[in-house]
Amino acid sequence: MNPISQKDYIDVAGLRKMQLAKLQELIPYEYERVPLFRRRCDEKGVKPRDLATLADLAKFPFMIKTDLRDEYPYGLTAAPMKDIVRFHCSSGTTGKPICIPATMADVDIWSDGVARCLAMYGIMEEDVLQVSYGYGLFTGGLGAHYGGEKLGCAVLPTGAGNTEKQIMLMKDLGVTAIACTPSYFLHLATTAAQMGVDFRRDTKLKHGIFGAEPWTDEIRRKIEEISGITAHDIYGLTEIAGPGVAGNCPYCNGLHVWEDHFYPEIIDPDTLEVLPDGEQGELVFTTLDRRGTPMVRYRTRDISRLQTEPCKCGRTMRVMDRIHARTDDMLIVHGVNVFPSQIETGLMKVPEIAPHYQIHLSSTDTLDLFEIKVEVVPEAFSDNIRDLEALRKRVLAAVKTIIGLTPKITLVGPGTLPRSEGKIKRVIDNRKK
Amino acid sequence: MLVKQISIFLENRPGQLAKACRALAASNVNIVTLSLADTTDFGIVRMILDDHVKGFEVLSKAGFAVRDTEVVMASVADRPGGMAELMEKLDKADVDIEYSYAYALGNSDKAVLIFKFKDNAKAEAALAH
Repeated sequence: MNPISQKDYIDVAGLRKMQLAKLQELIPYEYERVPLFRRRCDEKGVKPRDLATLADLAKFPFMIKTDLRDEYPYGLTAAPMKDIVRFHCSSGTTGKPICIPATMADVDIWSDGVARCLAMYGIMEEDVLQVSYGYGLFTGGLGAHYGGEKLGCAVLPTGAGNTEKQIMLMKDLGVTAIACTPSYFLHLATTAAQMGVDFRRDTKLKHGIFGAEPWTDEIRRKIEEISGITAHDIYGLTEIAGPGVAGNCPYCNGLHVWEDHFYPEIIDPDTLEVLPDGEQGELVFTTLDRRGTPMVRYRTRDISRLQTEPCKCGRTMRVMDRIHARTDDMLIVHGVNVFPSQIETGLMKVPEIAPHYQIHLSSTDTLDLFEIKVEVVPEAFSDNIRDLEALRKRVLAAVKTIIGLTPKITLVGPGTLPRSEGKIKRVIDNRKK
Repeated sequence: MLVKQISIFLENRPGQLAKACRALAASNVNIVTLSLADTTDFGIVRMILDDHVKGFEVLSKAGFAVRDTEVVMASVADRPGGMAELMEKLDKADVDIEYSYAYALGNSDKAVLIFKFKDNAKAEAALAH
């Protein structure tokens, strides 16, 4: 076992004790330095010394995404600028970005999370890791990069884009693992096929580390089928660290949360009550070690569940369900709640279409127009209009069974839907608000 | 005569057909004849090219979904009744036509018809009589 993984197996009692000790340091630190937190605690009449057990955390106020916007740029920064070494930002679709100043120790904790994920996936010092996430303000590139180096991998920092060159380097340098978004990997696979490169035959690629956008089990199977690699899930968010907050082990049907750094809670998003393990709700994180921009009870808007069964791998870190839905992603179409992941699940059941799709919503005065564009794969293209119409009907049926709505299905040519080098935008919502 | 036809999938948006034609032109492939079948959302262009193999490669590389199909080429006299005689033979042999298109040769008294039959071999046999 790589020594970095030892922390994954700490005994549960020791882990809880460590979490409480870290919280008892964090809460007074945050109270002293972040006016918003202090004000909210005072309003609730709760003092840092009220934290005597882990359950007492529930007495403290939440933080939400708009806090990060409202307090932009430095309102939630707890460390002095002399200790800050890095900024990461994430832009929303509207308004100000969020900005997370980090200390060297913060970067190191984050790298530890990524490195432990990589080790858990079976990646070793001998591996050559290509990082095809975007580098820069986005946490994907630098997160995977520092984590890979921390584990001792040979990191190839290609960043996103210049896809043909990436494939050439992958072949020539014997890349064994790649970190990127699942949608970018699909784009890489298509480009490789056009270049006559077969991942199985021409490369040494064995592992894919995918995150930064929600992806279904169907896409995972598709990736594994077309490339012969194992697709690993990495979870994270800029507000908490970046990728490396949690990852899946070979045994579990979910993701181990590195709860020695990131303390998870599940709450009922309506009543805001903490739910017991085993129940589904909104995932909330407290950054136990972060000092640049600590987050106390940050509401992720991701829907998950902390599993109660211990994992067969022996890791004591709790397992959360894979994220299939982010409350933000939910669409309301004709009054029905629809998650893009449900549409994806339906589409992937039809083998003749490529794993690229786009959901378009627009409106007239009275009506929502709901359209899904899907790419026909070249091998399935028929010369016959009737066959294509039949294909369209099959796609519609596959989606309709799951969401109960009848979108307009439009077939488009291969390679015509936009490919993303960062997070893909699959929903184009032009409805009047 | 059995000939190879190329079909490509076209989205219904401006410039798609032009893109295909440009790709062929750049590689010096000539379009002998073509026909366009369309629905409200997409179309299929079917083409006979002077260099089928090269054309297939060029269009695939240009990113189109391309397929080749065997079709039957038949020539008829370019005068009233020319087509009717041909159809008579096909009718007798009871063959189903999936689609067809035609073109006239420049300085000749022949017109050429392209057919996709449900059963190309059976149709060819009927036309040979």
